[in-house]
Amino acid sequence: MTIRKNQASLTTEEKRAFTNALLELKRTGRYDRFVTTHNGFIMADTDSGDRVGHRSPSFLPWHRRFLLEFEAALQAVDPGVALPYWDWTADRTARSSLWAADFLGGTGRARDGQVLDGPFAYATGKWEIAVRVDGRSYLRRALGTGVAQLPTKAEVDAVLAMPVYDAAPWNSSSGGFRNNLEGWRGANLHNRVHVWVGGQMGTGVSPNDPVFWMHHAFVDKLWADWQALHPQSPYLPAAGTPNVVDLNDTMRPWNDVTPADMLDHRKFYTFDTEPAPVPAGAASQR
Amino acid sequence: MNKITRRQALGTTAGALTVLGLAGATAHAAVTGSRSAAPATPTGKVDEVYQGRRIRITPASGGGGHHGGHHSPGLPTVLIDGRELHVMRNADGTWISVVNHYETFSDVLPLARAAVRELQGAALVPMGGM
Repeated sequence: MTIRKNQASLTTEEKRAFTNALLELKRTGRYDRFVTTHNGFIMADTDSGDRVGHRSPSFLPWHRRFLLEFEAALQAVDPGVALPYWDWTADRTARSSLWAADFLGGTGRARDGQVLDGPFAYATGKWEIAVRVDGRSYLRRALGTGVAQLPTKAEVDAVLAMPVYDAAPWNSSSGGFRNNLEGWRGANLHNRVHVWVGGQMGTGVSPNDPVFWMHHAFVDKLWADWQALHPQSPYLPAAGTPNVVDLNDTMRPWNDVTPADMLDHRKFYTFDTEPAPVPAGAASQR
Repeated sequence: MNKITRRQALGTTAGALTVLGLAGATAHAAVTGSRSAAPATPTGKVDEVYQGRRIRITPASGGGGHHGGHHSPGLPTVLIDGRELHVMRNADGTWISVVNHYETFSDVLPLARAAVRELQGAALVPMGGM
């Protein structure tokens, strides 16, 4: 069974295995297909039209399925690898071990934003940005430049306390847990982290930066935490909603998986700090 | 690629300043007008040079509408040195682009200027391509 761990607790060997698997997916071209898929949905998902991957209730199950597919690809390279998550409420500076040269490498240089150290620096010859929106083929970051602060635990807890999953009009103007977590409303959690990292992470081709997966693995964990806190709160909407993926509708691009299939992550993996399985007294578990 | 674009951008600077003289007033009025009045309605054309890059914005309806063809109907066409920037309007009237996708902007011109800053001289690649 896959156990997704906090990136801060990984051993040197686990970090090496993870980055090596990423480099191998990149070498074979498999990695870039994930970037292409993500950007396709980023450009197509609109508030007033069909929306599947973003700005809609299926933001969370869509990314859960997307990460599962990516994790399976990693495990085809190295069965011992699982996606780590980045708890950006705890590891919230550019000095975090996450950004060390033995893991993801650091921020970009001032002149052009180019990341110069770590396994994904352009000079290694192993991480060329091929799926891109502009001419630059090197990984870029500007940690803490686009926005000064990552979300705090208090801000996360306030969003986790919201009892309703999502609300009409089921888009970037909605109230409820999903949109506050996605960040179009309120304190801004998920979106703000993309902006804080900067570089490709701020664009539609954000999966070009490997931190994308660790950011979304944590967003996914927050969904699981929210479910543990609100066991009676269902995925919404239930049925019959135009342009939106209802509970039992299939999601593109897979067309054989529904939000209902994605609700229980424990069918696929567990977290190193699993929330209490039964609701009684769940609030005290965090 | 970058060099050519930069040279082109520099080359157009003098000319575009003249264009600014002609279109700048309208563009300015449109932008400030839309800020103070209706929230972020793309009214006027914009043609300006910002940090060495030529930004041209054609509203969705009225006037142009000849550019691009890749963008969704109802959206303005935003060009940076002649290359189209994919933009999207949020339900609350704010804007995002493919290079600033997770950060909202009150209007199209600040969005285009943010894209110029983000690009640091790099050219956009054709939309939908890679």
